[in-house]
Amino acid sequence: MDILITGILLGGTYALIAMGLNLQYGVARIMNLANGEMLVAGGFAAFWFYVNQALSPLLTWVLVAPVAFLLNWLIYQIILRPLVKRAKNRGMLERDSILATFGLSFIGVGVMLASFGGDYFSYSFAATPVVIFGDTFGLNRVLSFVAAVILCGAVYLWMHFTRIGMAMRALAVEPRSAGLVGIKVSKLAAIAFALGGTITAVGGSLISTYLTLDASTGVVFTLKALIIVIMGGVGDIRGTIIAALMLGIIETLVASLIDPGLTLAAAYLLFILILLFRPQGLFGRVRS
Amino acid sequence: MIKTLKRGLTALSLSAALVSTATLADTLKIGAVAPKTGPLAGGATVTQWPTVKLWVEQVNARGGIKVDGKMMPVELIEYDDQTNPGETIKAVQRLATQDKADFIVAPYGTGLNIAAAPIFSRYGYPQIAVSAITDQVADLSSKFPGMFFTLGSTSTFAEDAVKVLADLRDKGEIGNKVAMVNVADAFGIELAAAAKPIFENANFELVYETSYPLGTQDLSPVVKAAKAANPDAFVAWSYPPDTFGLTEQAIIEDLNVKAFYTAVATSFPAYGGRFGAKVNNVLGAGGVHADSAAYQEYAKAHMDLTGQAPDFWASATTYASLQILEQSIEAVGNDRKAVTAHLKEASFDTILGPISFNGNNFNEAFWTVGQWQDGVFHGVAARGRDGAKEVRVKDGWN
Amino acid sequence: MTSKEWRQLTLLLVAVALMALIPLGDDGYWLSICISIVMFTALATSWSIFSGPTHYISLASAAFFGIGSYVTALGFESLSLWVLVPIAGVMGALIAALIGLATLRLSGVYFVIFTLGLAELIRQITTWVQNASGQKGFYVLTDVTESQLYWALLGLCLFVFLLGGLIERSRLGFAVRIIGDDEAVARHVGINTALTKVILFMVPGAVAAMVGAILAPRYVYIEPSLAFAPILSFQVVIMALLGGTGRLWGPLVGVVPFTFLWEFLSSTFPNQTTLLLGVAFLVIVFVLPQGFIGLFASIKRRMNGGRA
Repeated sequence: MDILITGILLGGTYALIAMGLNLQYGVARIMNLANGEMLVAGGFAAFWFYVNQALSPLLTWVLVAPVAFLLNWLIYQIILRPLVKRAKNRGMLERDSILATFGLSFIGVGVMLASFGGDYFSYSFAATPVVIFGDTFGLNRVLSFVAAVILCGAVYLWMHFTRIGMAMRALAVEPRSAGLVGIKVSKLAAIAFALGGTITAVGGSLISTYLTLDASTGVVFTLKALIIVIMGGVGDIRGTIIAALMLGIIETLVASLIDPGLTLAAAYLLFILILLFRPQGLFGRVRS
Repeated sequence: MIKTLKRGLTALSLSAALVSTATLADTLKIGAVAPKTGPLAGGATVTQWPTVKLWVEQVNARGGIKVDGKMMPVELIEYDDQTNPGETIKAVQRLATQDKADFIVAPYGTGLNIAAAPIFSRYGYPQIAVSAITDQVADLSSKFPGMFFTLGSTSTFAEDAVKVLADLRDKGEIGNKVAMVNVADAFGIELAAAAKPIFENANFELVYETSYPLGTQDLSPVVKAAKAANPDAFVAWSYPPDTFGLTEQAIIEDLNVKAFYTAVATSFPAYGGRFGAKVNNVLGAGGVHADSAAYQEYAKAHMDLTGQAPDFWASATTYASLQILEQSIEAVGNDRKAVTAHLKEASFDTILGPISFNGNNFNEAFWTVGQWQDGVFHGVAARGRDGAKEVRVKDGWN
Repeated sequence: MTSKEWRQLTLLLVAVALMALIPLGDDGYWLSICISIVMFTALATSWSIFSGPTHYISLASAAFFGIGSYVTALGFESLSLWVLVPIAGVMGALIAALIGLATLRLSGVYFVIFTLGLAELIRQITTWVQNASGQKGFYVLTDVTESQLYWALLGLCLFVFLLGGLIERSRLGFAVRIIGDDEAVARHVGINTALTKVILFMVPGAVAAMVGAILAPRYVYIEPSLAFAPILSFQVVIMALLGGTGRLWGPLVGVVPFTFLWEFLSSTFPNQTTLLLGVAFLVIVFVLPQGFIGLFASIKRRMNGGRA
């Protein structure tokens, strides 16, 4: 039971880091390798506001979200849209976006380095025990899980019950047809990218309450996020959530019952198995 | 941001001053390559870079280093090796052959120091290594006669950690059950491998052992399992992210051990800053004679110049290594060969106390274990150093 | 062989011979740079032998490089380095075949992500094994000189070019070009696309492992986090793409300027190296989508167009 809840909490963390990327890749078709840097930036914002302004990390999103939205929107318009327009097919766009966002991730690291140095930043927030079903868990992780649920729930509702959300889902499924039914593809893609980046940054703020970050740690999170998004199937929020939870639970199981040293191996095995039996991911659609 | 700007302006004006003095007098070129980005950047940013800058600034404020009766200001040439040994090698080559550096500060981290050793050796640069902790000192110094080791070795760290616990046990303060975990990286693996037989020989019972990958996001399974084994002491051969993570988990789980040890980064001011009074009596790798006037003076100067405090371990040793270099140059002149020979023979006066190197180029006087006591991480165990504080037992996390 | 092919072969041999003379002139900084160039040429060219025609971006170079480093680290005390290198090549090929069989049925981007994490995965397994066996880090202290390593890498480059040339002219090369154009057509024509891809994937796997094995003595201390550093994979990809993957000599044209660019940025801007490298990547992606080869081709087209 302990393992299950720990795993679910960890899954919440993973959902936070992967959700944004799902929007960016699924809808806007950008494999964003700078995802981790956006996460760290959000984390640093939370750190800075907590340490200097005593602002609770649970509220930092009020400040982080609009800035992240604008920043990501600009990144899409200035850097990524020209690539989208130029790409003759999906493969080319993927290749170009991988290289371009890799460049962006370097720039992200460089900018963060220049702004707040290469030192680790960490702080203690809500590092108090919470007892659930007889086992202790960190309050900060529980809070971030609750926030993740709210965030994912909000995104899901938005995607399924608003017009823009529906248009985004259409874009994720079939970009060519989406244009035919009057959806302004490029405008929508920009919004999706910006929204994805915002979710990632807010996720970073929440995660910073219990993980130690520095300017160079983004790459670890990018990797995890990519695995989760692919496993879950691109474009569908449910897939990412389920994949994140599965990963969290499996990793915790392996760490507790087998050996913490094999967690990534277990994650990879899961990744391979899912893709072997369902190459489009858990909730993905077979591409025509 | 503003601090960075201020620092930038200070650096700019300092370099402008250096340039102007350079046109008047020859400068002594000192190269430095260490991570500014990449996985080890966090550590290098705390331990190495600010101390190097501090030393350069202080030396130049005194007019420079006295070489053959003339004062030569120091010109610092820095490079970022991105925690990539290939880049470290290239940067050292560049410093030696293109920039024509007179001396080069040793890189940061065991792996990068050893990768650079052949190049240092080939061009005859003395390499006063700090953050290189290894048991292969004899092999390395015979192959690279200009390589010196200042911070200690793997087995001495393991031995002294066990000794601290053994002393507590023999006094009746703790039992003999130990939970030992390590980060699955060369550093953690080597320490765990060295420590295990030492623990067993000292009649400790290892009730829980495991390793975890570097960068694990959730260490609660590790701490929970350790707690379930009911240990008297918890020892973690850990790196900064997991040092922080394990400590936080221990606080949340209320891991009731009378001795709690995490390795790297326990000596960082950020550790004490984050956890405050909760980590009172936590043990960690390293330590320093924090009450000594020399250290306090150094710490104050460090804080004044860079806006951040030094760590309570390798920062001071890095500074000492630079003091050694300075004293050697002043003794025998701007001659790498002479300096290397001098390093082997002489004794140096540093903020840590006197330092000299034995036949294997190894400094035998260093701190091995420290403990947070009332907001300061004091050294509690050392080889050949005075000022060790009494080890305290940990009682709860509040 | 046609006369054009004879010319190309002669050019290759002459270039290699000239490059072999470099250690005699300088065995310091410039040799170091040339080692970088030769190392990445071998890596990028073998990479594009697979990734060029199939359009599958493999980020697995770091994984194989690490495997090769470990072969040397484990074996150097009992065997000569020159025996270990081919062993590393064989191991790299075998592991590449295994991975290929498991993943090459996946569509492009999944393959990319998998290979990206492969270095991490193998690193984790390596550290776990190391931890379980209590083995300490490896200190590869040998008497091999930098010049010898350089010549070994140069020889490996020659091997890669010859192999690439052979493949291009063979049925395998023909098959893989069809796969690259349209995989469905290739299958209909009876080509075993999966097997073809797997066989081709063994080339960069073997070569990267051999490069890692050769360079292990240079880094001396072999530990997992340094041997399996993921950035290597990205460097290889960007250099190959910078040059262009349409021709065998494409990656070489990318490696040389990129090495100098990296060196320039590292030495001139020590505090903004990473930032400027990122900017350089972006510029490359925008300005040279088809790499230098694409640039040369469009210049040639314009020149011919002008004449006609």
